[in-house]
Amino acid sequence: MNTVVETTPILSDILGSLKPEPGLKTDAFNSLEKMGLPSNKSEEYKFTPITRALEKNFNFANSNPQSELNTIDKFAIADVDAHTLVFVNGIFSETLSRYNQTDLQIKPITGLEPGFGTLADYKTDALVAWNTAAWSSGFSIEVNPNTTVNKPVVFHYIHDTTKAEVKSFIRNIIRVGKSSNLTIIEKQDTVGEQPGFSNIVTEGFVEENAALSLFSLQADNGKRFHFGQTAIMQAHSSRVNSFTLTLDGKLIRNNLQLILDGEGIESHMNGLYILHGDTIADNHTVVDHRKPNSNSNELYKGVMEDNSKGIFNGKIYVRPDAQKTNAFQSNRNILLSDGATVNTKPQLEIWADDVKCSHGCTTGQLDEEALFYLQTRGIRKETARAMMLYAFAGEVLNTIAIEPLKNYVDALISERLHKNF
Amino acid sequence: MLSIKNLHAKIEDNQILNGLNLEVRPGEVHAIMGPNGSGKSTLASVLAGREEFEVTDGTVDYLGKNLLELDPEERAREGIFLAFQYPVEIPGVSTINFMKTAVNQVREARGQEPLDAVSFLGVMKEKMKLVEIDQSLLNRSLNEGFSGGEKKRNEIFQMAMLEPKLAILDETDSGLDIDALRIVANGVNKLRNKNNSIIVVTHYQRLLEYIVPDFVHVLYKGKIVKSGTKELALELEAKGYDWIKDEVALA
Ligand SMILES: Nc1ncnc2c1ncn2[C@@H]1O[C@H](COP(=O)(O)OP(=O)(O)OP(=O)(O)O)[C@@H](O)[C@H]1O
Ligand SMILES: [Mg+2]
Repeated sequence: MNTVVETTPILSDILGSLKPEPGLKTDAFNSLEKMGLPSNKSEEYKFTPITRALEKNFNFANSNPQSELNTIDKFAIADVDAHTLVFVNGIFSETLSRYNQTDLQIKPITGLEPGFGTLADYKTDALVAWNTAAWSSGFSIEVNPNTTVNKPVVFHYIHDTTKAEVKSFIRNIIRVGKSSNLTIIEKQDTVGEQPGFSNIVTEGFVEENAALSLFSLQADNGKRFHFGQTAIMQAHSSRVNSFTLTLDGKLIRNNLQLILDGEGIESHMNGLYILHGDTIADNHTVVDHRKPNSNSNELYKGVMEDNSKGIFNGKIYVRPDAQKTNAFQSNRNILLSDGATVNTKPQLEIWADDVKCSHGCTTGQLDEEALFYLQTRGIRKETARAMMLYAFAGEVLNTIAIEPLKNYVDALISERLHKNF
Repeated sequence: MLSIKNLHAKIEDNQILNGLNLEVRPGEVHAIMGPNGSGKSTLASVLAGREEFEVTDGTVDYLGKNLLELDPEERAREGIFLAFQYPVEIPGVSTINFMKTAVNQVREARGQEPLDAVSFLGVMKEKMKLVEIDQSLLNRSLNEGFSGGEKKRNEIFQMAMLEPKLAILDETDSGLDIDALRIVANGVNKLRNKNNSIIVVTHYQRLLEYIVPDFVHVLYKGKIVKSGTKELALELEAKGYDWIKDEVALA
């Protein structure tokens, strides 16, 4: 591509703040320098003004403040017994973390792991390039073949912005060995009033007959600006379940990419965004069917209130080899106020002929007729609203198979919806 | 109990009720019949508080209160119940769960203690028997995929749970098979007493053989144009509405 890049002040600040080591980091740095940050003309970021938001809220010439945070109890996921890995302002905190390595290997990331940098493409996405050039911490999580990992691994991405704004760059790589299973939960939270920007890239390899569950809980009521890219390669007969919950944050961009590189694969992508205030939440998903006989099923639902903005973009690729693919996608949205918006775009590119694919997206208001019906039974309008929204969300909530996690998410959603029944 | 005077109502630019009068005393059953599109469901909706309808003139007094000032949920708490002609499907909300909320919010408004899970279940079982409805139906999403008859039965189940003072049954008989009609009508009759009133909207005499009305009214072009006793229903069944339309045209 021969686009001329205007070097905005923010880009020179960013480039100036990076001192990439030779190798991939330098390649990524060069790629970022060449691409520049996405402008509002960039197709992939058309509705998500991330560059402008970063310009307005951050000074990339500054470094992060120190944090004195000595507990994260209030951010813990109640009743979920897990290995917890805590990052504060982009730095791993050994003292706040609790984990052991009995059934999996948890090692600081080096960048030399096999497959590193092969799934998250730093040549096409400037924010991935930025992460690849800038990451300062993260983990390699590896599960040996034929291993049942009993506890989920929870990544706590905490920003302590009490003293100043924070920028964090984290990089992870996951490998689930043949016939093994693993659950990862990512959660973001903030203490402090200043803004924070996180750029987190995770690459995953799910080997034959293995299963990976991925949860992302984004209920950070701090000034969180976030870019995340999670890219997973699935081998034969593997299973991936993802669940992305967004309830809060200033600007949240989630790129989730599943590559179905084998037969007999099951992929489930679920998402729920219930937004208020001026939150912008953008889910870009890609399901890439490369081989025959696999199934993917995607369900994202959103409720937008106040001046919040939801964006959904769902790409499904069915490559010429991927005959007998079943690929389903559904995105349903409810707008609760005049100021709320949603942009939804399914993008199906199908090169195989013997496939079953469908997609549907809807945007509407709460069904007034149904509200009236409930009211005529003596139910307060607010309760009736909460009931219907909770039922709407329930379809996604009920996909969570881990009971205590489901209860935790349920409580978050119930609080947001003022559920009082 | 209910006193409707000169009621005019419209939706958007369509004037639908044109000076309707109706008096319902405690313990009475009133049947309202009339051609399609004459305004029967509109009357029911206005009484239940549907906001889309604008009352442009007239008054509705219910137990000494100005009914038109109350929100739909307040009306329900005051004892008004509407069995919908077309019950709404609400995915993800089960009848049991929503009824539990409804019953307890109504009890709260009436200054009663909420029912705990066990007592609620007890009451529910009893009312289920009354309308011979199966629990599996009540566990499902409200009305979603219900047959026409199942929806109507569910309406009467909800009525039984809420024990209204004034029930408005809008074509509850349509869609019911012969046995279901008898069961539902018996259910309604068991809820009948000298303090409760019922307005039954129907097209057919058959229902009125089970739920015997004290009065039968004909609603036509947004007005009650003829009232009588249960014999009027028989006459309508035999002769249709043309003679009434002629009478109205002559008047
Ligand atoms: N939302 C609406 N917008 C415009 N017109 C409406 C609306 N709702 C009802 N009407 C009109 O009001 C008139 C009365 O309707 P209503 O449903 O009250 O009739 P009904 O007597 O119950 O008829 P039926 O016996 O067929 O149930 C009809 O002409 C109908 O088309
Ligand atoms: Mg009608």
